[in-house]
Amino acid sequence: MKSRGYVSLLLLAGMLALVQSNAAQKPLPKLPDAAQGKKLFNGQCALCHGIEGTGGRGPALNQPKLKRATNDAALFKVIQNGIPDSEMPGFWQMTDREIRLVASYVRSLGRVNLVKLPGDATRGQQLYEKNCASCHIVRGQGGIAGPELTEIGVRRSPAYLREALLNPQATLPEGFLVVSVVTAEGQAVRGVRVNEDSFTLQLRDASNRLYSFRKGELKEIKKEFDVSPMPSYKDAFTAAGLNDLIAYLYSLRGDK
Amino acid sequence: MNRIIFLLLMLCCVVFVRAQVPYQRLINADQEAGNWLTYSGNYAAHRFSPLKQITPDNVAKLKVKWVYQKAEKGGFETSPVVADGLMYVTEPPTRVAALDVRTGRKLWSWERKMAPNTKLIGFGATNRGIAILDDTVFVGTLDCYIVALDARTGTVRWERKVQDNTMGYSITAAPLAINGKIIVGIAGGEAGVRGFLDAYDAKTGKLVWRCFTIPGPGEPGHETWTGERWKMGGGTTWVTGSFDPELNLIYWGTGNPGPDWNGDVRPGDNLYTCSLLAIDATSGKIKWHFQYTPHDTHDWDATEIPVLFDATVKGQPRKVVAMANRNAFYYLLDRTTGEFLLAEQYAKQTWAKGIDAKGRPLVLPNTEPSLEGTLVWPALNGATNWWSPSYSPDTKLFYVAVRERASYYYKGEVEFKPGTFYAGGGERPVDGDNKAWGAVRAMEATTGKLKWEFRLHTPPWAGVLATAGGLVFGGSNEGNFYALDANTGQPLWEIQTGNYIAANPISFAIDGKQHVAIAAGQALFVFGLP
Repeated sequence: MKSRGYVSLLLLAGMLALVQSNAAQKPLPKLPDAAQGKKLFNGQCALCHGIEGTGGRGPALNQPKLKRATNDAALFKVIQNGIPDSEMPGFWQMTDREIRLVASYVRSLGRVNLVKLPGDATRGQQLYEKNCASCHIVRGQGGIAGPELTEIGVRRSPAYLREALLNPQATLPEGFLVVSVVTAEGQAVRGVRVNEDSFTLQLRDASNRLYSFRKGELKEIKKEFDVSPMPSYKDAFTAAGLNDLIAYLYSLRGDK
Repeated sequence: MNRIIFLLLMLCCVVFVRAQVPYQRLINADQEAGNWLTYSGNYAAHRFSPLKQITPDNVAKLKVKWVYQKAEKGGFETSPVVADGLMYVTEPPTRVAALDVRTGRKLWSWERKMAPNTKLIGFGATNRGIAILDDTVFVGTLDCYIVALDARTGTVRWERKVQDNTMGYSITAAPLAINGKIIVGIAGGEAGVRGFLDAYDAKTGKLVWRCFTIPGPGEPGHETWTGERWKMGGGTTWVTGSFDPELNLIYWGTGNPGPDWNGDVRPGDNLYTCSLLAIDATSGKIKWHFQYTPHDTHDWDATEIPVLFDATVKGQPRKVVAMANRNAFYYLLDRTTGEFLLAEQYAKQTWAKGIDAKGRPLVLPNTEPSLEGTLVWPALNGATNWWSPSYSPDTKLFYVAVRERASYYYKGEVEFKPGTFYAGGGERPVDGDNKAWGAVRAMEATTGKLKWEFRLHTPPWAGVLATAGGLVFGGSNEGNFYALDANTGQPLWEIQTGNYIAANPISFAIDGKQHVAIAAGQALFVFGLP
């Protein structure tokens, strides 16, 4: 049985939060029970958070403090209910014990020694302003062609950031699909999809011009699933400069 | 003066008489196309309107006639019932409103007062519709009661507890009104409940029969369970079924076995989960059953609408029951005997090599949920789900809103505590619009062969309505309400309603003029020609 959608999941999560508050208060299991949590984590969490919690689509979890889960009870609730208005779903279908096993494993990841990044964030910021700010927003300032980066250091690992700079196609951001269309009059338009439904399509081209199309009036629609609107910065920086830029991006933690 | 009083009295009589919806009118619902008297439009569950004023030629002129805004936030999945100038809609959490069909103005409303800790285990706070019989409206409640309301005022006539909500039992489906009885299905398949279908006396609310969908000790089918697992075996009845008055049989689909994704603890076929039951309307006894997905481990309930029609199948005239099942196959059964006639795949699936001559799936290896996740089409929500398909006696096509999506299925621990989740795993659906999309598909009803497809941007959550005017109406997640040519699937009209559509369309007449209604977001929209 079920009529599942995000709405129902959220409602459910809300109700569960009431029901399960006692479970959230229990201490997390000690290692080596967390080894079983690792299996669960690798199956259901690692796709986004990376093997060993190194981050990816979701934030890195191999750090001593987690912004959204400052204590074990909060971590339990984040896993069970997800985070509203984010990509983190609730894992309501896990048993209390399974959630606590995963939470325990996540905590064990935070006990590893963090590697200090080699770059200089201040120098990296200068590179950012010159090369990236025209397309990305940090703390309300910048261009709109790419994803906002105000919290990117929480949501992405340094390795992921490096890959995104060198090989953008390998780390396609969500919500920035490149679409090429040809109108009935033969006009070709290529841009990032702003929105779409079964009948209409809204694109923004490289010059930030917004287009609204009815699909039935287009001769051709091509979605470029493997293309990133961001160019590769493989040859744009020295090795040290790249380290500086990554250090800067990794320092962006949503602070005002 | 006396004459005026006389005329007023006569008018009252007319209104009083017209407020009656006796069983005979429900049997002949097809003959009064201006009304929409049951959840699916008729007992055969065609969700087809015999009205033909709105056609492919004029549908582009449709305009909004009125809009009704519901009282509270939450999913608006209602399928309205229209009878004699009143439209009855249900709203979350459990509210009924009676509207003037001419204007959308509310004539009365009723709300079920429920405890704040009412349990919804595995679904959202929703209600999909009412049933009407004589001058009474019947509605199921989230806290698992069936309530009878005066159709003219919304006053409660009686209420009966169906089952204990603290154990996870609930009601979201519209009841089905038949001859003197109200048929009620229950939800709660993720809570380790034992499913059943109930019949209540329409006048008194007394329980007439209860048909358990999980057989108890000594009953046929009980051998498909081990130990005590049948007590928490699932097999809920959370979508409204159909009815054949001549055969006196109720056709009702059943939900998943419990626990959903870990089948290790319940070896066997787990009857009668994921099945269609043909139930004698008088006695409540199961006449026959057909199990679409034996020992299901992907949560593919068979609660999809069973659609009844008569047709020649493989050269032989038959009374059939059709179902586009959540497991991605379209099935035809002989509805007199339950004999399997054919199955045809209608959406992508990777779990079965095919369906054998008796209707049993040939399950492929390595498609079971696992600790690491097993990628299988279709996803948990299936190739289709609770929203209604439509059958047109004109085109002889079966229309269904289809989801094309895969999931990683996980097997987890099993822990049974009454009134809590009893799922044993979960799923992670695959995202991305090159990996998950939707369609309205038209199949030849007697073969299941695809006639046409209209592609949707995302996997839909709304049903379809075919009309004698030659149209198919449907809704999208992005808020598009649209009309397709029933013969070709060509889109002919579309309007952006501004919010997610998770409901079934209906059609009815206002002062003899055809209209179409759909719930979208927080509102119910009614459309008509200028």
